[in-house]
Amino acid sequence: MKKNKLFQSKYISEIIFLCGVIILWQLFYTLGVDVLSIWKAYAMPSPAGVLKSFGLLCQNGSLLPAIGFSLLRGLLGYLISVVAGSILGLLMNCFPYLHRNLRPLVMGVQTLPSICWVPFSILWFGLTQQAIIFVVVMGSAFSIAIASDNAIRNVPPIYKKVALTMGANSRQVYREVILPASFPELISGLKQGWSFAWRALMSGEVMTTCIGLGQTLITGRNLADINQVMLVMIVIILIGIFIDQMFFGKVERYVYQKRGL
Amino acid sequence: MSLILKNVSKTFEDAKGDVLNNINLEIQNGEFVCVVGQSGCGKSTLLNLIAGLEKPTSGEILLNGKRFDGPSANRVVMFQEHALFPWLNVIENVKFGMKLASLPANEQEETAMKYLRMMQLEEYRDYAIHQLSGGMRQRVALARALTLDSEILLMDEPFSALDKQTSNRLRAELQEIWLKTKRTILFITHSVEEAVYLADRVIVISPAVNSIADVISIDLERPRYVYDEKFVDYRHRILEEVQGNTGNEKK
Ligand SMILES: Nc1ncnc2c1ncn2[C@@H]1O[C@H](COP(=O)(O)OP(=O)(O)OP(=O)(O)O)[C@@H](O)[C@H]1O
Ligand SMILES: [Mg+2]
Repeated sequence: MKKNKLFQSKYISEIIFLCGVIILWQLFYTLGVDVLSIWKAYAMPSPAGVLKSFGLLCQNGSLLPAIGFSLLRGLLGYLISVVAGSILGLLMNCFPYLHRNLRPLVMGVQTLPSICWVPFSILWFGLTQQAIIFVVVMGSAFSIAIASDNAIRNVPPIYKKVALTMGANSRQVYREVILPASFPELISGLKQGWSFAWRALMSGEVMTTCIGLGQTLITGRNLADINQVMLVMIVIILIGIFIDQMFFGKVERYVYQKRGL
Repeated sequence: MSLILKNVSKTFEDAKGDVLNNINLEIQNGEFVCVVGQSGCGKSTLLNLIAGLEKPTSGEILLNGKRFDGPSANRVVMFQEHALFPWLNVIENVKFGMKLASLPANEQEETAMKYLRMMQLEEYRDYAIHQLSGGMRQRVALARALTLDSEILLMDEPFSALDKQTSNRLRAELQEIWLKTKRTILFITHSVEEAVYLADRVIVISPAVNSIADVISIDLERPRYVYDEKFVDYRHRILEEVQGNTGNEKK
């Protein structure tokens, strides 16, 4: 009961804060554009303009498909990253040789900003869906690999010892101990992987011509419509937050609460 | 059950000299053996060797006349830190070893509850580990270790992280369980009092020779009283041996 109230008040205070930010933004716009004429109206987005843009894009029916396609691509690329990344991470964990030699390489590649993969990807796949998905995979798989390798490595050795002295074979050690023990860290790694994937997706989409949020963003630029650009950016942020909170956040909170962390 | 260590030595690659040198020891079925010695003298190493977590550099360890390779459920270990799994609740933790052995579910439940009851923890069966006190956690760990009916139970300072009162209560409980179940126990401790309270035989490891300095049989009725004259005598005698062997050089 009390907890519910707390949540409500937390949401309310957040909403009030956001409203404040929007009001400030409008004030800032009115002051800078209308009163002092520091900026030209076309160079400054305003809440009202963004809202109008939103109405327009909804009306001509281009926003929803853009969101849908981007999400679909993002999810597909992310799923491939999760599979490929965890396999790579597991391999690096199982074989000391790979851990010593491959891991530094993976670390290095991981620091490459995902936009750097775009030219490479376009040369391979052309201006296609595959090109974008390739960029997404390159952008997040390596970080997932490193994170899962770390997660497994950080399992306290005593857990493994306990299981071994109670008769666990190596498969049981993995399934019953290492996997659940590293789960919280694995989730954090997957969460980070998702944010990398989402960023990489945008890098890929702005460079190609497939329907998606990235393209809508570029259309906004081509039309010199700063409000549309702003709108798309806001949508990208909102989707990012939504998936982070609604999926990863929930799983994380559940796991942490269960273990009393 | 019989456990025999023959001329067992252990050297770590990155450490200078032997950690354990020429250990000879025989543990009988149903015996309660305590190992005492100063910190760093190799007590945990000895236990790890018997558990199979480490391999002797030379010599051999025979369980029922046979060598073994690596750890197994017939030599269960209970560690100083409770090492319960935080992703499992109390009963799931207690069942862990039986689950590894794929015992039938009802048998797992029965045995787990039997030992939880023995530790007076049955109301806590569905608690998360982080909801238990330190003493309760060690009791759950003990219950978990007991479920497997291992040939020998190896305990590495299981109560030393607890406050004195709790550890005293737990050692009394352990003794009761031992009297009831007649398990074979090898118990490592740095507390001489604990050793004299629990042991049939106390083994003193000396860092001067990295080996067994003395073996003392404790001829006292159980349960023992720490203020009993004979108890105090044993305690002094063993304490001197534990300290004396390194004190030599300082004197
Ligand atoms: N894996 C290892 N590699 C190298 N040296 C080790 C290793 N394990 C233990 N040692 C060394 O062996 C010696 C004995 O260690 P051990 O843990 O057996 O001592 P202990 O008697 O259990 O001490 P304590 O009472 O503090 O637990 C120490 O000097 C320690 O540094
Ligand atoms: Mg030790």
